[in-house]
Amino acid sequence: MNRLLPWGLTLLLAISPVVLDTYWTDVLNNVGLYAVLALSLNVILGLAGLFHMGHAAFYAVGAYTTAILNTVYGIPVLWTMPLAGLLAGLFAALVARPIIHLRGDYLLIVTIGMVEIVRIALINNIFGITGGANGIFGISRPILFEFKLTKPIHFFYLIWAVVGISAVLFRCLEHSRFGRALRYIKEDETAAAGSGIDVAHHKLLAFTIGAVWAGMTGTLFAAKMTIISPESFTFWESVLLFTIVILGGAGNILGVLLGAFLLIGLPELFRDFAQYRLLVFGAAMVAMMIFRGGGLLPPQPPRYPQAKVSLEERP
Amino acid sequence: MEEFIQQLTNGLAVGGIYALVALGYTMVYGVLKLINFAHGDLFTIGAYLGLTVLTALGLKEHLGPVAGIGVLVIFVMGLVAIIGALLERVAYKPLRHAPRLSAVVSALGASIFFQNAVMLVYGARFQVYPHDLLPKVVVNLFGLEIPLLRIALFVSSLVLMAGLYLFIHKTKIGTAIRAAAIDQGAARLMGINVDRVILLVFCIGPALGGAAGLMVGLYYGQINFTMGWVYGLKAFTAAILGGIGNIPGAMLGGLLLGVIEALGAAYLSIAWKDAFAFGVLILILIVRPTGILGERVAEKV
Repeated sequence: MNRLLPWGLTLLLAISPVVLDTYWTDVLNNVGLYAVLALSLNVILGLAGLFHMGHAAFYAVGAYTTAILNTVYGIPVLWTMPLAGLLAGLFAALVARPIIHLRGDYLLIVTIGMVEIVRIALINNIFGITGGANGIFGISRPILFEFKLTKPIHFFYLIWAVVGISAVLFRCLEHSRFGRALRYIKEDETAAAGSGIDVAHHKLLAFTIGAVWAGMTGTLFAAKMTIISPESFTFWESVLLFTIVILGGAGNILGVLLGAFLLIGLPELFRDFAQYRLLVFGAAMVAMMIFRGGGLLPPQPPRYPQAKVSLEERP
Repeated sequence: MEEFIQQLTNGLAVGGIYALVALGYTMVYGVLKLINFAHGDLFTIGAYLGLTVLTALGLKEHLGPVAGIGVLVIFVMGLVAIIGALLERVAYKPLRHAPRLSAVVSALGASIFFQNAVMLVYGARFQVYPHDLLPKVVVNLFGLEIPLLRIALFVSSLVLMAGLYLFIHKTKIGTAIRAAAIDQGAARLMGINVDRVILLVFCIGPALGGAAGLMVGLYYGQINFTMGWVYGLKAFTAAILGGIGNIPGAMLGGLLLGVIEALGAAYLSIAWKDAFAFGVLILILIVRPTGILGERVAEKV
């Protein structure tokens, strides 16, 4: 039963856009975008335990890179993805370098400052290329293998393919040497440093990896919306991502996916109560932390196979 | 030169407001090591309650402008203090021993809750304070014309800060607050009821924040349900600038930030006004994480 459940859910998701109307397909697209972003934030927040509340800044760098390359230089949207990721990563590495050593709450507040500065910079039309408060419009539709993606259902498969690939890759990352090191740093930084892990280097790398992924998601966002503006990358966007990771279960990929469904998808069911939604949302956050602090699906402690080496076999 | 003095006094008036809000952050951080994200929204609530009390009770008509506003300030501070105490009991007390992140998320949730509660009660549009509340008097100071309101605001924020300073340093309860901030365990062993101290801090901080909200309403004439978060973040910057957990530091940081912002907006660029505060914040955390007056070394393990 437990083995079949994920496959059943995946199948259900795969056929859902055929059954659902455009509106709900679009909702699922948003869930997918947030899922990828939350997965990338999970590397920083869930694995490395860094309080990072400015993820929207990296997302913005990626989306604007795509938008500018496409509208000014006419480069096909999906081709800009690697560069969007690269620039977001570079930006993250530069910004994070001097602040990475800051402890918990301090890092939180600095990343909030960062995301606000990025937004203000975008509004003020920095370098004269971001289009100010109106943003950039007229981003062309992506073309995949000579097929032009226009409808929500097309984007659905693109976005959710990316979600799937991201989930698999991040799972590999989690179980790699690097992922274990991050987990160690989260549990006990001093002990990790004592065991020979270069803490600052690992944290910086986690930050950069998360940012690269967020930047590439920015490309998807720009392609889906065809218009981007600074209002899409506010502090609240970052809070939402942060909350998805924490409420879903920081450090657990399935938890993060569940979080994205709950926080992005569920409110759509209550559209009729639109004005009360955020009120309930806030109260739910408080209640969640009091009654289930580890999130809905807290990560299970990893189990590693025992080394099958007996003492006699050693040379 | 005249432009400079005008901006300087404006910066000091706004800085006084930042300082009052910053005190709430720094006191809570002092005893709980928690960034109370909902503090900015308590400030907003202060501004809105001020407007409601003012219009509902007709304070100005009955008591005249000066006494009326005096009563108003006391009313608002009391009401916001009660909300602050409730917030502590509901959202933070159950998380006293939980991991740090849980309390941060709970604080964010409380902030979202308050912000939307204000929006539901008062509506999303800007609310306007009555224009004729205070006579528009301009004081001639050394040949410079400075609005009386600006001076009154600055002076009243100084009075509130001085009152807090005396309370913290000269009374027994104030000593208990300082003791709990330094070492909760030891304070408990000395017979201090730390829970009550925390509750008290959650009354004083929001009360000052609420007064600051009222001041913003009087100074700018209009308030909005989202204003708490910008003011909150700036006040937090001020608290860090002065050295978080340090009460005189928050006062200094607030005034300094107000002046930096006013001068930056006047001489550099108004469009980047909000970015200055955050730039200062990032810079101070990189260069001197303890702030100007902070003695406690940030744990940089």
